[in-house]
Amino acid sequence: MAIPLFLILVGYAAGVLLPLCFPARPRIQNLIAHGLAAVATMGGIYLGMVGLLAPEPLAMSVPSTLPLLTFAVRLDALSSLFLLMISFVGLAASIYAVGYVTELYGRISIGLLGSLYNAFLLSMTLVVLADNGFFFLIAWELMSLFSYFLVVTEHEKSDVRYAGLFYLIMTHIGTAFVILTFLLLFQGSGSFSFDAFRNLGHPLPDNMRTMAFVLALVGFGTKAGIVPLHVWLPYAHPAAPSHISALMSGVMIKTAIYALLRVYFDFFGGHFPWWWGFVVLLIGAVSALLGVMYALMEHDLKSLLAYHSVENIGIILLGIGAGMIFHSYDLDELAALGLIGGLYHTINHAVFKALLFFGAGSLLYATHTRNMEEYGGLLRRMPWTGGCFLIGAVSIAALPPTNGFVSEWLVFQSLFLSYQMPSLLMKFMLPLAAAMLALTGVLALTCFAKAFGISFLALPRSSHARHAEEVPWPMRVGMGGLSAVCIALGLAPMLVVPFLDHVSTSLIGRSIADKMLALDGWALAPVNVEFSSLSSPVLGFLLVATAALGLALVACYGGTSPRRYSKTWACGLNLTSRMEYSATGFVQPIKRVFSTIYQPTVKLETEFLEESRYFAKRRRFEFHIEPLFQAYFYDPLIAFVSGLADRMRIVQAGSLHLYLAYIFVTLVVLLMVAL
Amino acid sequence: MIKDQSILQAIALTLAQAIILLAVSPAIVGLIKKVKARFQCRQGAGILQPYVDLKKLFRKQPVVSTTTSWIFTATPYIVFASTVTAGLLVPIFVSQMPLNFAGNIIAFVYLLALGTFFLILAGLDAGSPFGGMGSSREAIVASLTEPAMIMAIFAIALTAGSTNLSTIVHRTALLEGIVTDPSPHLMALAAVFIVALAETGRVPVDNPATHLELTMIHEAMVLEYSGRYLALLEWASAIKLLVFLTLIANVFAPWGIATSFTPMALSIGLAVYLVKVAGLALLIGTIECMFAKLRLFRITDLLGVAFILALLGLLFFYILRS
Repeated sequence: MAIPLFLILVGYAAGVLLPLCFPARPRIQNLIAHGLAAVATMGGIYLGMVGLLAPEPLAMSVPSTLPLLTFAVRLDALSSLFLLMISFVGLAASIYAVGYVTELYGRISIGLLGSLYNAFLLSMTLVVLADNGFFFLIAWELMSLFSYFLVVTEHEKSDVRYAGLFYLIMTHIGTAFVILTFLLLFQGSGSFSFDAFRNLGHPLPDNMRTMAFVLALVGFGTKAGIVPLHVWLPYAHPAAPSHISALMSGVMIKTAIYALLRVYFDFFGGHFPWWWGFVVLLIGAVSALLGVMYALMEHDLKSLLAYHSVENIGIILLGIGAGMIFHSYDLDELAALGLIGGLYHTINHAVFKALLFFGAGSLLYATHTRNMEEYGGLLRRMPWTGGCFLIGAVSIAALPPTNGFVSEWLVFQSLFLSYQMPSLLMKFMLPLAAAMLALTGVLALTCFAKAFGISFLALPRSSHARHAEEVPWPMRVGMGGLSAVCIALGLAPMLVVPFLDHVSTSLIGRSIADKMLALDGWALAPVNVEFSSLSSPVLGFLLVATAALGLALVACYGGTSPRRYSKTWACGLNLTSRMEYSATGFVQPIKRVFSTIYQPTVKLETEFLEESRYFAKRRRFEFHIEPLFQAYFYDPLIAFVSGLADRMRIVQAGSLHLYLAYIFVTLVVLLMVAL
Repeated sequence: MIKDQSILQAIALTLAQAIILLAVSPAIVGLIKKVKARFQCRQGAGILQPYVDLKKLFRKQPVVSTTTSWIFTATPYIVFASTVTAGLLVPIFVSQMPLNFAGNIIAFVYLLALGTFFLILAGLDAGSPFGGMGSSREAIVASLTEPAMIMAIFAIALTAGSTNLSTIVHRTALLEGIVTDPSPHLMALAAVFIVALAETGRVPVDNPATHLELTMIHEAMVLEYSGRYLALLEWASAIKLLVFLTLIANVFAPWGIATSFTPMALSIGLAVYLVKVAGLALLIGTIECMFAKLRLFRITDLLGVAFILALLGLLFFYILRS
């Protein structure tokens, strides 16, 4: 382990330093930074595979001069899985970035961007490897800071600066909670090493454990983007350059999932009451549904994808929450199923979300706008980007035979198998969560039908879209590779499930891989093959076979005449892009049906002709939806805090004498207390 | 399960299923049209008219809009494939289907959703506002039907202890684990029936006979299609209708279906199946004549009712069991 790890660290370190050595040579900086990152991520993929295949965790540590801090790393199954995911998406992003950053030449320093990019990847790698609380916190903080610097890459724009500030504040609130969690664990163990944390799970008094649960959920939940702590995602993800957005959305928020699993299953050893799992499940269901609902109303493609991250974190938490509930009732086989579903979705989401952000980045590269209403007809102009984006859209909409479908299917099964639980409440609540997942699934389908249909189909809606050109080949390779993985993960779950089972076995000590792989691995079964089974390779084969049947029928029944091309009938007028359905129009029925959640406000201004009130000269239509949490939670909170700060200002008069008096009074009070 | 049968038998059964779906579905559409004609005091076209229509459409030269991309021409094949594949997961006249292992009810629902997804895209592709209108409406109807569908089938699945359709049908046909009180089943049946009307675009959710922009949903999406593409889409929607009727008939009243592979049982199973779906087609035809189409934003109430019914079915099941 030592040698590959050393090489990875050297690779990233070189990636941080070398690009800065070639000032004003953007081409060289670009190649060096992303080339080194690619090499280091390949090392990460290798190390992740080694860790996943190793029967025992690999560990090593380097002492430091500071007390409590050791640079301890440990590669167990859970770390390996996340390391593999980070490195794989990192590799794709590095290839993609070679093409993508060419657009930024001359506008910003590519050397700095590349250097920060490597530092960001390195910090994420360290987060999942760290085996010491102090070391973890340092890596966690570095990850937050480097991602902040990357978010504000285009800091000359005021909305980017605002997004960055918003992200910085939110992520630090989260970090504060994470620190509190670790301090609580430290109080129980007397050491910051993860080994000490592992052994304290039970002796800690109940109220302390509950507190640690809540603190960890809020702290890591902020990073993961659970509702109602999700507000920073739709600001920060669109502001960053697209390959960074892909890493943040696909991978960085998953480190929070990693940390939650680490704390709940590893540190607490899986000893927790049922309601912990229920809280996680509930948050998952609400995040999934609200995430997709806000995504539907979004017409900035990258914000839309950011909201979908909230949704998918929700789906992951549905699986993990179900697993936690099962585990607390000692139904360990079903708990393993829930965890495997959640972990599978974690990986899948990393792949297809990175792919979709690459797609959005390509559109931005080609059209210089993120507004979907200005796209249109791009499939013809950008066939590669379009095809890859379509595969990503089908995957995220969880349609067979792609990867999103398989993992969502597993989460569904774990929710359905709740009928084996002793509690009637759980028996009823988990299927209800499944219904919410079903609604989420279809709404995601609608949202991506919108995203793809409005962006890539029909007529171009602006001159940007009319003159768009296909992106350079490194970007296509990045997207194409991820598309292939989306399909492979969907068609060959039998190759993935044993690894995930290895991870869940390391967490709860029960392996179910042999029960999940029915019929020599051709079908997946959730523990019990009688209850349900799924064979995605067979479904894939059937889809191809029946499509071929359709072609054969056409050939058979004389459908040989060549197609005739003609204009779309537009009631006698020439079809223009202004007649097309817009993204806003497309989701109008949904906005109306779910108006309780959206609370839309519509403003319609009409200017009439002077001669007659029956003829309009100009119309202006505006609609807004009320972001509930911002309006009813964050805005009052911010108002309260700044109000408090205003009142505190009386103390800060700016007079030196006053400050000296404060110091004096404090000293006297301290002395009095001490004596 | 597949291991109990020889591979040849499995392939033969699967092919027989596919052939039944393809061959019977146009007649069901013809039957419904005939019933409607009779209610309207018309003679109406013969039951076999849809076959003639399909043949004619296959032969006609297709016209494709210059605005469209490859999505437009690929969609009919994808919709056809996903519908037939979904149909192969539902047992038709044999309760023990060879493809049972390939997917359960979730796979069935999501396979149909794959077709819906591409139809929505195709509706947008031609750039005509009609297509967009249809797509947008189809999206909201699909959003509201799926949760109800999954909840309803889950209530049934609990009784049978399986979510695989073939296992559910087989166990119900053999009266295994049947609850004495049928109320969960009745609730779920009502829910699935409403869902079936919505999913297949029948009155009161959509009207397959209309081409009025205020009312059409499915027809608006396929408005730009012609020739062989239209033929495939029409056929796929007929198959979808038949699959839903099969689902209702076999999940809720599987009796008569062949539970073994003797020639006698198979022929009885086939005959009973045809009678059952014809009966349901009569019912749908009657409903189409007795009810008016609902306003678009009234559909949510109807589908909300379906969801609540399914949920009640689930609750009843647990209360009856405990």
